[in-house]
Amino acid sequence: MTAHMRLGFYAPETEDELSQLVIQAAESRTPLEIMGKGTKRELGHVVRAGAIVSTENMKGISLYEPTELVVVAKAGTPLTEIEAALAENDQELACEPVDLAPVLGYSPGDGTFGGLVASNISGSRRILKGAVRDHVLGLTAVNGRGEIVKSGGRVMKNVTGYDVARTLVGSWGTLAVMCEIAMKVQPAQRDTRTLIFYGLADYAAVEALCLAMGTPYEVSGTVHLQGPLAARLSDTELAGNGSALTAIRVESFPASARYRTSRLRQALLAYDPSVELESERSRAFWRDIRSLKVFQDTKYPLWRVSTSPSKAATLVSNLARKIDVRVAYDWSGGLMWIETPSLTDAAAVDIRRQLAEFGGHATLMRADKTIRDGTDVFQPLERPHDALAAKLKHAFDPMGLFNPGRIYRQM
Amino acid sequence: MSTVTLPDPDRVVMARRNEVVKQLKRLAPEALMIADLEGRRTFESDALSAYRRLPLAVVLPANTEEVSAILRFCYENQVKVVPRGAGTSLCGGATPLEDSIVLCLSRMSKVLEIDTANRVARVEAGVTNLAITQAASAQGFFYAPDPSSQIACTVGGNIATNSGGAHCLKYGVTVNNLLAVRMVMIDGEIVEFGGSHLDAPNYDFLPLITGSEGQLGVVTEATVRLLAAPEGARPVLIGFDSTRDAASCVAAIIGSGILPVAIEFMDRPAIHVCEHFVPAGYPLDAEAALIVEVEGSEDEIEYLLEKIEDIAQDHNPTSMKRSQSTEESALIWKGRKAAFGAIGQISDYMCMDGVIPLAALPEALDGVSLICRKYRFDVANIFHAGDGNLHPLILYDANDPGQLERAELCGAEILKLCVELGGCLTGEHGVGIEKRELMYEQYTDEDIDQQVRIKEELDPAWLLNPGKVFPILGRDAVKPSLELTRLDAASDGLPPEDDLSDDIQTVESEGRL
Repeated sequence: MTAHMRLGFYAPETEDELSQLVIQAAESRTPLEIMGKGTKRELGHVVRAGAIVSTENMKGISLYEPTELVVVAKAGTPLTEIEAALAENDQELACEPVDLAPVLGYSPGDGTFGGLVASNISGSRRILKGAVRDHVLGLTAVNGRGEIVKSGGRVMKNVTGYDVARTLVGSWGTLAVMCEIAMKVQPAQRDTRTLIFYGLADYAAVEALCLAMGTPYEVSGTVHLQGPLAARLSDTELAGNGSALTAIRVESFPASARYRTSRLRQALLAYDPSVELESERSRAFWRDIRSLKVFQDTKYPLWRVSTSPSKAATLVSNLARKIDVRVAYDWSGGLMWIETPSLTDAAAVDIRRQLAEFGGHATLMRADKTIRDGTDVFQPLERPHDALAAKLKHAFDPMGLFNPGRIYRQM
Repeated sequence: MSTVTLPDPDRVVMARRNEVVKQLKRLAPEALMIADLEGRRTFESDALSAYRRLPLAVVLPANTEEVSAILRFCYENQVKVVPRGAGTSLCGGATPLEDSIVLCLSRMSKVLEIDTANRVARVEAGVTNLAITQAASAQGFFYAPDPSSQIACTVGGNIATNSGGAHCLKYGVTVNNLLAVRMVMIDGEIVEFGGSHLDAPNYDFLPLITGSEGQLGVVTEATVRLLAAPEGARPVLIGFDSTRDAASCVAAIIGSGILPVAIEFMDRPAIHVCEHFVPAGYPLDAEAALIVEVEGSEDEIEYLLEKIEDIAQDHNPTSMKRSQSTEESALIWKGRKAAFGAIGQISDYMCMDGVIPLAALPEALDGVSLICRKYRFDVANIFHAGDGNLHPLILYDANDPGQLERAELCGAEILKLCVELGGCLTGEHGVGIEKRELMYEQYTDEDIDQQVRIKEELDPAWLLNPGKVFPILGRDAVKPSLELTRLDAASDGLPPEDDLSDDIQTVESEGRL
């Protein structure tokens, strides 16, 4: 066995090949950049690696059982392929993954299944149905020792040993390289309707969204777009209104969707519901949200901020006193997509100062390399979380081979 | 004689018992300290009562700071710690060791905050599962995971085993409903993971902690998701002539695009015991019954139940009984929730917790029945069919020497079958001491090593709940604490002939209960 690893790009086709590659990297102490199709390479810090390992050739759906609500696929499988297979059986991914590709300069739907799991970027339905992480049932991955490790399974419930599978979700390829993932899926609801409110101030909008979530009507989308962002929507009527837009979605069978929106209208009468989007028009609106349409045509830095819903509007108002921001709220206010001016730190200091007070975290999803090089893209860790994160990293990747510096420049 | 033998403890630590008690009293003055023999007896086992060991002492701290002081002392003095909630574990997750203290969180039982605007509740770890819903229900909210023991079991225990319940088909299990924990690491450090916001900023410790059976730290507070209560909920009770028909009906319902809030399965013995316990109208002539529950407004419920009944028509139902009122629904669920207790009144039982892929349900049920026949035990099946989580109850007589061991072997064989069918050893009860040697059935050495490495990073001396979860044969790190007979070792010979009376029949004919 050679002690030297050739620099370059590797795309193994099997778990065993991947395992051999990692063993070779470990022996030659070659750090590896881990990716799927690389559509999120511009997110996070630049990885200084001797070689790139891509999972893009490990692809295909290995098992799909619609009556068991489970799909198992290789990490490099294009997400579009999985979603198409599910759609054929009127099923879908419950977490409604956000398609980051367009805002990061790639074609829509370019990402892989593994990329989704590694980043844990859930969409609007997360608030009702849970995150990417919640639907991962099990996976196979190669750790930093080159061992093929399995955790969980393909069944709905599993507490056999520690939940290594869900622990790897959102770790951005820094703990292990995922090979195959089992995910719970759900039946697609046959109808969708969306209530639209115009011109609500942020505070009132978040209040209305939280009220909606507190009803029994299983609201599955709660978004508020500030005026300048609403103007960028595809739906010309919605975009042309010229004011902020608040949207509340229900998904159910047709009679139920009608009933639920009518009840929501009553419950939220004080906020003056205007338009009701039906079926296809409702779907088109949420496709915009899912693909971050309102941020696609600009190049400004874009943050993803998570906090308690009741604190969101205050956080934004404090921020707006210092800098010019445009905000799209999701998850009834608990998630904010914040577009900032191209300052040297993309307002990282201001945003994180607010979070220190209110709780939560912020990730810089889009920014020029120069900004990212000088800013903590991911929420910085403080004591004792930094030490605990280092221990977790050590348990999986003791030599620090995978994506060095991707999340934390020092780790 | 039983298959899991508990070991001789570390005499050196035991000899220091008085000193340990004295120091802990000093360090945690508000804590309730139970050091007398009678008091300690109360804690010598959890619900896996075949295994009992007297701990050095039982400490019931008043707050997180005391937990921290206690753990720091144990860390510095190499004293093992067995965390415990209400002690409802069915797998020996809280079985004490004679050289350990039991750290019982049941006095930390306050609901700290109900925040309906953000739809979260912050509670102490010793609060019971049901108490959260009780605290939030006046405002129209509830906490979703609902294990059968919810009246007694604690949130801390739910987190330790990632508890589920009947309604997790729709709402998920504990890990899906947990937003944050405050916990104490073995060195006494107090850490918070998560918050009232969603998702972790980077490495997500919550899924790692959830289901780690108290081995990575001691959770003292939790922030959980509250959900708006549905307008209404109603079940339909469907009887079948064969378990196969019932199983194929479950698959058909899920495949149709309807996601009921619960699908519960009962076989003939379970139906009879429950109906005797709570006359809810279960179909006594059926071989299997399903309780399928849906939620929504009256119209929505009617619509969904009609669809479900239409689907069921294709699977040879012998009876269909739609609940017509809240009272009737409550009665149906009362029977289901009381099932384990009802069976417990007629026989000792061992409750298995294997999970199988739904498509394998008929094969699994046939297999369970074959295995139990081989070991000459009666079995009752009552479980969450929607997610394939089986709960075969092996009925045995604890007073008859040898039966416990045979029941354990029988259970192990059932769990192996679950793994062979593509499932897993435990869906919601945990591994504990009961299934730890079976981990090899499901995982390779590498799989187990990866988990062990996490344990060793966070608790290098294996002080927190050692001897649970991981197989200990060949693992030097924990071997001194427990000694065990491999479960397979005795399974070669045929089980001894035994005249097991048919307990179910007895109940029916004598009307006992």
